[in-house]
Amino acid sequence: MNEKRGASGLILNEPLLWEKGSTGRCGISIPKNDVKTSPLDKNMTREGPGFPDLSEVDVIRHYTRLSQWNFGVDTGMYPLGSCTMKYNPKTNERQASLKGFNESHPFLPDALSQGALELIYSLENFLKEITGMDAVSLQPAAGAHGELTGMLLIHAYHRARENQRSKIIIPDTAHGTNPASAALCGYQPVNIQSGEKGILTAKSVAAIMDGDTAGIMVTNPNTLGLYEEELPEIAEHIHEKGGLVYCDGANMNALMGILKVRDLGVDIIHLNLHKTFSTPHGGGGPGAGPVACTKNIEPYLPIPRIVKKDNGFRLDEHHPESIGRIMTFYGHFGVMVKAYSYILSLGAEGLKKASRYAVLNANYIKEKLKDTYHLPYDRPCMHECVFSDENHRSYHVSTLDIAKRLIDYGFHPPTIYFPLVVSGAIMIEPTETESKEELDQFVEAMKAISDEAREHPEYLKNAPHLSKVKRLDETAAARKPCLCG
Amino acid sequence: MKEISELNLPEDIRYTKTHEWAKKIGKTIKVGLTDYAQNQLGDIVFVELPKIGESFSKGDEFGNVESVKAVSEIYMPVGGEVVAVNQELESTPELVNQNPYSEGWLIELKPTHPAEWDALLDKAAYLVELKG
Repeated sequence: MNEKRGASGLILNEPLLWEKGSTGRCGISIPKNDVKTSPLDKNMTREGPGFPDLSEVDVIRHYTRLSQWNFGVDTGMYPLGSCTMKYNPKTNERQASLKGFNESHPFLPDALSQGALELIYSLENFLKEITGMDAVSLQPAAGAHGELTGMLLIHAYHRARENQRSKIIIPDTAHGTNPASAALCGYQPVNIQSGEKGILTAKSVAAIMDGDTAGIMVTNPNTLGLYEEELPEIAEHIHEKGGLVYCDGANMNALMGILKVRDLGVDIIHLNLHKTFSTPHGGGGPGAGPVACTKNIEPYLPIPRIVKKDNGFRLDEHHPESIGRIMTFYGHFGVMVKAYSYILSLGAEGLKKASRYAVLNANYIKEKLKDTYHLPYDRPCMHECVFSDENHRSYHVSTLDIAKRLIDYGFHPPTIYFPLVVSGAIMIEPTETESKEELDQFVEAMKAISDEAREHPEYLKNAPHLSKVKRLDETAAARKPCLCG
Repeated sequence: MKEISELNLPEDIRYTKTHEWAKKIGKTIKVGLTDYAQNQLGDIVFVELPKIGESFSKGDEFGNVESVKAVSEIYMPVGGEVVAVNQELESTPELVNQNPYSEGWLIELKPTHPAEWDALLDKAAYLVELKG
């Protein structure tokens, strides 16, 4: 296809459901009442909620129309850096909707939940294999929850040694949630700057690591998409002073099957099943942020743990040193089924290949665009690359304008203004599931936008032009939010 | 975004490396964000300021500003006690963008060590910082 992919088409306006329908209209027929009615005491009843009266077609058209205003990874490339918006194979949905999984009730006794428990147990084993760790808890509900769990584990570890500490080292290239997770656990985050190459230096860590520092939180690859080459040496410095190394594994999509993070000196890591292991997220479903750790931290993992006995799988609560329960029931089970399905579908070789393609695709984009867009760190990247608007500022065009214009070309915008270490950052993560043709079209679009910035900056300033909703007034939305329907 | 040559940097105030300005008003000092800072941050949507009576040392974080792009901390140009805060910013944070040196001021403080004033940058030194 040579023509530009972004085109205008007929999109239907749609009111709120409350503005649709007509009194008495109904989408379902309730069976006739065949028992005597017994009205409740007047004191216990009140007016019901003001639900609109709608037919089935009213509702179906409503949501179908809204879905047509949307853009998802099933629509097109979604290179949102740091978010790993890879295509989610539909077989995952099929497995998750199997009756035995989909309709299992969390209150069923262990004996009647053997299939579900076995799946969780096996998935834990897969994640142990992938990370090289000794134990896993699948309870945390998402990435930041995994981070908090990791911080609680570090806290429990030091408490057990009667050596409580107050600080955590966090580099400027860590995920934004890291300092919040540490602070929520009562630690004081100590910021440390990455070195000239965009990665952390062992020297700078050694200089601030002390006996009151509980450990370090490292995102690897970091948010510049760069591999933390000095992590093993950094881990040595941390361990020497009695600290622990926490790895934010949200960017594991670059590493799975290539290396085991444990070999880098990592003690605790969280993974994002919804990114790396391909389950819908970002409005498409909940996350799962399992935590994996080494043997010496295992006693503190959340309960219940899943154990295998002679007579089957059991939920085991007898772990007196545990940090306790951190989630209702056992986490987001549906996400686990999808991730399990993904890992089985790809197999060990397939996972390795996925990571290799993810890295290859990001480097391809980096090389194709580095003569057009300013590339602050010109070195091989991992699964994502970070550009900036520096080359375009003289046209008074900013990162926001470039991102908005990309919508007209039929691509979801990348992550912008993050990481903060790059002013005007444009963070592109293509993922492994985009083909070379798709990547080439993206590169062409980015180059065309760069030309427009020079020749017709107003195209960018007022973009997007083709979407249902044009440039939003984000400032007014933030200053005067309208929070009711 | 503005080029450095387009920035409004008054002569009669002092600056910090972290892009705050300070202005002597009798015995107190008024503090705000520089034109460079407000321009870099973009549209400011929320300003969090300390309470009157709180004391901070030079370089301490005393609040933060949130723009459509990011949240940034703001630091004390000199140590002191907060004697006034700009209440207007609660409902109209855009004043920091519109008039960073007048209606967009942040706090007024009573300095603990008046000598700390001398370490602040003048316009020429601040310009050197900006040009990096």
